[in-house]
Amino acid sequence: MRPFLLALLAKEPAHGYELKQALEQTFGSAYPSPNIGQIYVTLGRLEKDGLVRAVDVEQSNRPNKKVYYLTAAGREALDDWVDEPTEGPRVRDEFFMKLVLAPMTGIADRMALINRQRRHYLSLMRDLNELAERTDPDNQVALLLIEGAMLHLQADLDWLERCQEDLS
Amino acid sequence: MDTPPVISTVNLVKIYQDGGVPVPAVRGVDLRVEPGEFIAIMGPSGSGKSTLVHMLGGLDTRTSGEIWLDGERADTLGESAWALLRRRKVGFVFQFFNLVANMTVADNVELPALLAGASPREARERREQLLGALGLADRAGAAPAQLAGGEQQRVALARALANRPRLLLADEPTGNLDSRNTRDVLKLLGQVHRDGQTIVLVTHDARVAGLADRVVSLLDGQIVDDGALPASRRRPRGGVGDVVELRG
Ligand SMILES: Nc1ncnc2c1ncn2[C@@H]1O[C@H](COP(=O)(O)OP(=O)(O)O)[C@@H](O)[C@H]1O
Ligand SMILES: [Mg+2]
Repeated sequence: MRPFLLALLAKEPAHGYELKQALEQTFGSAYPSPNIGQIYVTLGRLEKDGLVRAVDVEQSNRPNKKVYYLTAAGREALDDWVDEPTEGPRVRDEFFMKLVLAPMTGIADRMALINRQRRHYLSLMRDLNELAERTDPDNQVALLLIEGAMLHLQADLDWLERCQEDLS
Repeated sequence: MDTPPVISTVNLVKIYQDGGVPVPAVRGVDLRVEPGEFIAIMGPSGSGKSTLVHMLGGLDTRTSGEIWLDGERADTLGESAWALLRRRKVGFVFQFFNLVANMTVADNVELPALLAGASPREARERREQLLGALGLADRAGAAPAQLAGGEQQRVALARALANRPRLLLADEPTGNLDSRNTRDVLKLLGQVHRDGQTIVLVTHDARVAGLADRVVSLLDGQIVDDGALPASRRRPRGGVGDVVELRG
């Protein structure tokens, strides 16, 4: 969540609750909305690392609120995050490990593993189909995220097919 | 008595002859499809998917084994008896569309319903509904050659569904579609399936296969997996984040 908060603060200083609302507005249902406690914990760490600073703003008949703003070091960290290429998909995932290690265990049959995994991926795809249907057509961010997840699943399935062909 | 399966095959085999060399394409397939089921057939290219669905629709003859449709033996039928059976019971979407070139899109879609005995009004209403659902309402008067590949493919699907067939057979029906058009096809398939349509469909597209009740995987002409899609471990609560998280 750190880079998200830095990015929002790069736009304008804000207090914790405003950041929570801004995150919800930006991502819609496409990102699980963090609770306010998580946000304050993250802000505390960012402050300790010198990436943000807080000022107390007095409020009449309420406790002071802290408004956070980005420091120069925070700006730099944010730029680094944006500029850095993003990690590609992990191929050496747990399923791959099972597939490699299956013959050594003497119990798991590779074809059975692949078949089970295919069914599992397809049931995830069914969930994504249902989710896409339920998602507000105007929520572009959410729909693009669903589409991305679908394309990843398609690639996983194509790869399973290759495994099945070559290992049979 | 129980309703018989819509499809039942017994040790179904197809061996092509390629210049005197036998090419086994389907090697002993036992497949049962119950009324209302949606089956996705998957598998690498050359694994026999097209050959299998062509045999199920009587478009290719079997080498040995049996095919039963709605409890009636079908593999022993001659060509004209098959044509009659198809007209009555089967909608087929070919991988390469097979639309009638000198007829409009509207006529292509209405023809099977008319041949099956629907009134012109019924046929027209059904055609308008299907073309509308597939985003093709404004293409009704066009000739197939004027359409892009993806449009022709959707017309082929509308035609196959026009007379509400007992069985829909489809060979890669979204193979030529971009993702928006695929979404229309997914919606329509989901809808007719909920209305009780039995569907057997060959696909590489995981979004399409994700609609199915059951997936049959072919490899080298044999079924290597046949089973229902499991219920998700966790129902998504409605946020995309849940599903994405569940994948990660
Ligand atoms: N008309 C034909 N003559 C000879 N061989 C064929 C013919 N049609 C298909 N085959 C062969 O049969 C096998 C299965 O083909 P097909 O059913 O088209 O597979 P899929 O649809 O899964 O790609 C392949 O090896 C293919 O080359
Ligand atoms: Mg094929």
